[in-house]
Amino acid sequence: MADAAAARVDAPQPRHGLRIFWVWLVLSVVVDVLIWFVWGPHLPPGDMSSSAASQQLDVKVLAVVAAPVMLLIYVYFGYALTFWRQRDGDEEDGPPELSGAARAQKVWISVTTVLVLGLFVFGTVQLVSPAGAGAGEGSRPAWKPNGKPLQVQVIAQQWLFTYRYPAYGGMETTQLVLPVDQPVQFNVTSLDVIHSFWAIQLGVKADAVQDVNNVAYTTPQRTGGFTVRCAELCGLWHGAMFDYGKVVSVPAFESWAKSTETKLAPDTKILPAYALTYSPNEINGLAKFFYQAGTNGAGGGLYGSNFPNQP
Amino acid sequence: MSIAEQPTQPQQPGGVDPGGSLPLRAWWKRPAVHTALLGAAVGYLIGHWLGVRIGGGEQQVVNGDENDLALVLGYVLATLGWLAGLGVFNDVFRQMAGRPSRGTETYATTGVARYFRFTLDHKVIGVQYLVGMIVYFCTAGLFAMAIRTELLSPTAHVFGPGAYIEIVGEHGTMMMMLMSSVVLGPFGNYLVPLMIGSKRTAFPRLSAVSFWLTPVAFIVLLSAILWGGFPTGWTGYAPLSNQATQGMDAYLVAFALMGISMILAGVNLLVTIICYRAPGMRWSRLPIFVWSMLATSFVMVLAAPVLIGGMYMTLTDRTIQTAFFIPDLGGSSFLYENLFWFFGHPEVYILALPGFGIVSEIIPVFCRRPLFGYKTAAAGMIGVALLSFFVWQHHLFDSGIDSDARPLFMLTTELISIPTGFIYLVAMGTFWRAKIRLTVPMLFCLGMYFNFLIGGISGVFLSDVAADTTAHGTFFVLAHFHYTIMGGLIFAFMAAIYYWLPKFMGIKLNQRLGKIQFWTMFIFFNSTFLPMFAIGELGQPRRVFEYASNLQTLNDWVSISAYLLGCSILIFVINFVWSTVIVREREVGNPWQSRGLEWQVSSPPPPDNFARVPIILSAPYEYGVKDAPPVADLNPPAGALAGAVAAMAAPRA
Repeated sequence: MADAAAARVDAPQPRHGLRIFWVWLVLSVVVDVLIWFVWGPHLPPGDMSSSAASQQLDVKVLAVVAAPVMLLIYVYFGYALTFWRQRDGDEEDGPPELSGAARAQKVWISVTTVLVLGLFVFGTVQLVSPAGAGAGEGSRPAWKPNGKPLQVQVIAQQWLFTYRYPAYGGMETTQLVLPVDQPVQFNVTSLDVIHSFWAIQLGVKADAVQDVNNVAYTTPQRTGGFTVRCAELCGLWHGAMFDYGKVVSVPAFESWAKSTETKLAPDTKILPAYALTYSPNEINGLAKFFYQAGTNGAGGGLYGSNFPNQP
Repeated sequence: MSIAEQPTQPQQPGGVDPGGSLPLRAWWKRPAVHTALLGAAVGYLIGHWLGVRIGGGEQQVVNGDENDLALVLGYVLATLGWLAGLGVFNDVFRQMAGRPSRGTETYATTGVARYFRFTLDHKVIGVQYLVGMIVYFCTAGLFAMAIRTELLSPTAHVFGPGAYIEIVGEHGTMMMMLMSSVVLGPFGNYLVPLMIGSKRTAFPRLSAVSFWLTPVAFIVLLSAILWGGFPTGWTGYAPLSNQATQGMDAYLVAFALMGISMILAGVNLLVTIICYRAPGMRWSRLPIFVWSMLATSFVMVLAAPVLIGGMYMTLTDRTIQTAFFIPDLGGSSFLYENLFWFFGHPEVYILALPGFGIVSEIIPVFCRRPLFGYKTAAAGMIGVALLSFFVWQHHLFDSGIDSDARPLFMLTTELISIPTGFIYLVAMGTFWRAKIRLTVPMLFCLGMYFNFLIGGISGVFLSDVAADTTAHGTFFVLAHFHYTIMGGLIFAFMAAIYYWLPKFMGIKLNQRLGKIQFWTMFIFFNSTFLPMFAIGELGQPRRVFEYASNLQTLNDWVSISAYLLGCSILIFVINFVWSTVIVREREVGNPWQSRGLEWQVSSPPPPDNFARVPIILSAPYEYGVKDAPPVADLNPPAGALAGAVAAMAAPRA
């Protein structure tokens, strides 16, 4: 009995490892090529801005690295379930620990460590090169773009985003308009609870926290519309806290900014002075501005009179 | 620790006089759930009255017409009343009065009633936990069905925004909070003493209290609905938590209670594993499931206190006007985020590690091969437990943390994927030339590996700061954590139930229903959560009731799949109730032909686990090894223990 079992252990085995390797290699190459060339240009978040394009590259690289790893596991499991099932009537145990176990573990640990460290280096480089990759960097950003970016302050409150342009008299608008091919610096802050400014197609996300100026950079590369949604639960109407912004050509932006500055001049006069953060409890006349300018809570009248309109 | 001689009688925790008998009064005169409910009601009334006395005259109470202090004190004293009604403090007071303690429920009592009492038998506690966890899971699942119903249409709404946000909060909190001990509670408490050759756990009272706190947390969390729910989701961010109405207090108290439950359960298992191993149970022979319980307990004990601190500070902010998280008064909402996530990240490893332990424990049995890379697996679990404390700021990449911190946390988060990957190394090595038996537990283990891989790899995407910029706070994150926690842990939980229920109850679960449950659960789980990666990347944030209309098709697909997933869980509940209550088909002995020590005793095990403390002779994974010794000697000859003990190094004086 023991000899039969030993014989089974030492019986000539088909080259399992080689078979798995070849299936894995072919599938990995095919999938990686598909990811890089076919799917790649369409990966979210697109390439409407420098930060979006850099994130798209990141996702492409991560996917190309991740796919072979996943395929290895799935191909191996599939092979095991096909060839290493216990046949009916067979009550014997499988082979005990085989030679090569220690080596296999060392190889696995080394390869995974190298892969992970490589991804770390790549990820850090991607943070530096397009100046922060669109993520909120806090009030002392480590990676800034060259030149002087256009300052846009994003003020989040329950449940609305407004945008102040200090270069145009500190006017506060409800629609975000940006010039193409110019670096933009978003200074994101909040008046009440934690929100998150997410300009989806621009690949910018920065949490809006009271008394904090959270800075994010991007350079829009193409004109068009984009969506802004709040990405941090901020209370009742979080789901309705979104608006639509535009990237336009530089002359169009200049004309829009100047005409809006003129149009909003009476409102700007009663606004508090432009600052990097605001304490609503200390601002006089804020309510007056709120009603006078006609800005309204994001709930609008959508849900009927039963539901609260204001925070 | 050494056992100098075989104990002559079953050990009675609490120091009961072994000669005396426990006078048993009528069932309704002995402390149980009914007296606990009475105690809770009385406690609530006293606490509420106290709160009104203290805070009723305060300006903000009079203006706002809600007294948070009264509610919080009501809940706290209700918890104490509940525990007092269960008889938790009876022995304490007896000892303080100088009278002999009665040891509460001994192992001798039988019958269903003991499951409704405060009992010191770890096996009873395990079954209590199991039923509790299934109830909490199904309740939270119903909330999930409600969420998916709301998300069927971006414009037509089933719930108002307030109702929707409280449903989201209830679902998330119930799952993440109440289910923290989903494996450690039932399976850790039940199996660890059996697996290490012990007759008991180290602190049975602590583990009993850790269980009995969970129904309180459940009821308190559900009671939030009475006050309009809480608007923050399970993360409870300040200052929204300060703005919120009374439902927030329910969330905070419930979470703090579960934190205490986690600490107690963790301490008990840690000490049991370290100190109560039978002679011969060296660390290198410890079952891998016990290693995972060790790592999980370690994380629980270290992380939960920070959670309790954060919850407590929010409570004082809301009741007695401290200013921890109120920026206008000098506080910081960043402080809350960091306190919460310092617990929150280890929490997800508290959930994931037991899943690793379960699958690594089960696959050798159904591959008929030794566990590959046992030492690597154990080291991986300890590595994950340690590293889990160094990654929490990856939840805060976009929050405005110091920008230099982000590459650091990206590094640690990516590094933690190395020990996490060891479970796949171990699985692949165990499958090599194995004899795989596709039983129901094995199917669930395979499902766990399949799902957790997707979840884990999506975690690597999230750990890259640039890729995280788009994915953070969206359905991509939702898909990631549902794949790891539900696809990983819950599938492992199902595997554990199908594998070990014959041991717990001596009853076979219907295998055909089990296979139907597995396939429906696996297919509909993937169908529900795989599209969510796309939904998130295409621009739908979390916790929203409105979304871009071009995402409606995907959302509808997800919702229908979710309903079908709920049906598959229903199949499980039906199977569980049908098999354990109605059919009760006996399963004695060792149906899986496992070498585990827990399978060498009867099913269900005898009241004191082992007639004599066994001497462990080999590891439990020696399948296929020629002339492998049995895993333990269950009847060591008299004096053998003394010999084995004499051969060990003398303990330091």
